[in-house]
Amino acid sequence: MTYRPVGVQERTRPGPNDPRSVPGVAEQTAPPESTGAPGAISAGPPGPAAETRPDKPDAAVVRDALGVGIAVGLSGFAFGVTSAGSGLSLLQTCVLSLLVFTGASQFALVGALAAGGNPYTAAAGAFFLGVRNAFYGLRLSQLLALPRAVRPFAAHWVIDETTAVTLPQPTRRAARIGFTVTGLTLYVLWNLTTLVGALGAEALGDTDAWGLDAASPAVFLALLAPMLKSTTERVTAGLAVLLALTLLPVLPAGVPVLLSAFAAPIVLFLMGRTKRGADTKDDAAAQRKKGERHS
Amino acid sequence: MNVWIAIGLTVAGCYLAKLLGLLVPAGVLERPLVQRMAALLPVALLAALTAQQTFGDGQQLVLDARAAGLGAAALALVLRAPFLVVVGAGVLVTAGVRALA
Repeated sequence: MTYRPVGVQERTRPGPNDPRSVPGVAEQTAPPESTGAPGAISAGPPGPAAETRPDKPDAAVVRDALGVGIAVGLSGFAFGVTSAGSGLSLLQTCVLSLLVFTGASQFALVGALAAGGNPYTAAAGAFFLGVRNAFYGLRLSQLLALPRAVRPFAAHWVIDETTAVTLPQPTRRAARIGFTVTGLTLYVLWNLTTLVGALGAEALGDTDAWGLDAASPAVFLALLAPMLKSTTERVTAGLAVLLALTLLPVLPAGVPVLLSAFAAPIVLFLMGRTKRGADTKDDAAAQRKKGERHS
Repeated sequence: MNVWIAIGLTVAGCYLAKLLGLLVPAGVLERPLVQRMAALLPVALLAALTAQQTFGDGQQLVLDARAAGLGAAALALVLRAPFLVVVGAGVLVTAGVRALA
């Protein structure tokens, strides 16, 4: 048995004297759409394929949604305690949970206010944390296909948890059930536990003595941990910590956190540079390979 | 009053961010760089907030009971504890260290 390297086989099969095989020309004259051959890859949109995935029982979707809604809804208690401990009134605390309804932003706002930040830097930090919800909405709007009139109301529930439950659902019906049940459970519980937490903190008096000033950084860490998936995220987090702590003693409260957001574009820029370098090398390698095959 | 200004701005800003995603046509925000920036921005902000609220006291850097509490929360996270347990661990250890000090 003779061993023949793959490259040699490829070059010998379509021999140079064979009129049918003019490499390159065949590729150009046969774009995938025009073949019409049986088994040719359909050029249709990927949508219908997704629709044919097996249905998921409504009860299973509701179970998923309730699990997330209840678990996270209860942590409104931590917010209520932290907000009241930061010096916000009961009304202010409850208005935040009712009308902002995105946890990280709420914690960031009361934390910045407690640290003595002015209202504009405090609100800016909370807003930047809320920007990610716009990207969730983008993904959700394709999946849920909501009527225009419903969107302003549904928008209030576009947050981490509803997105996490809704996106993996196999059908539009399941996605809509998942979104609604998670949103409703979470909204009701988050606001009730906020109220209970704020009342509890007022009853406790000095919340620092109970260690409750540590609730907020623990919440941030718990939100951050699952995001640290790759080196890019870890380097960004490290750089942001470094910026925040270095700038803290020299800039007004609230400003260091805002400036440390620049860790994101800085790391993306640096990573982009290294990646582009690798890509050009890959391209060169691909060109060489192509050249070998056509020669 | 300052607190209400901050609350008003946050309510408006956060709601508009949520609504924007549902209203803009797909494709506008679909550029890879924009998406990656949106994913990385919360990482930077949450990391900075964690550090500031653990080691910051006004404009001073301090090492106090909160650092021990954050360590406990980190340990709970490594052990895959639920969200409320993570926060509870941070609070309890901070209170414990303060009581002992």
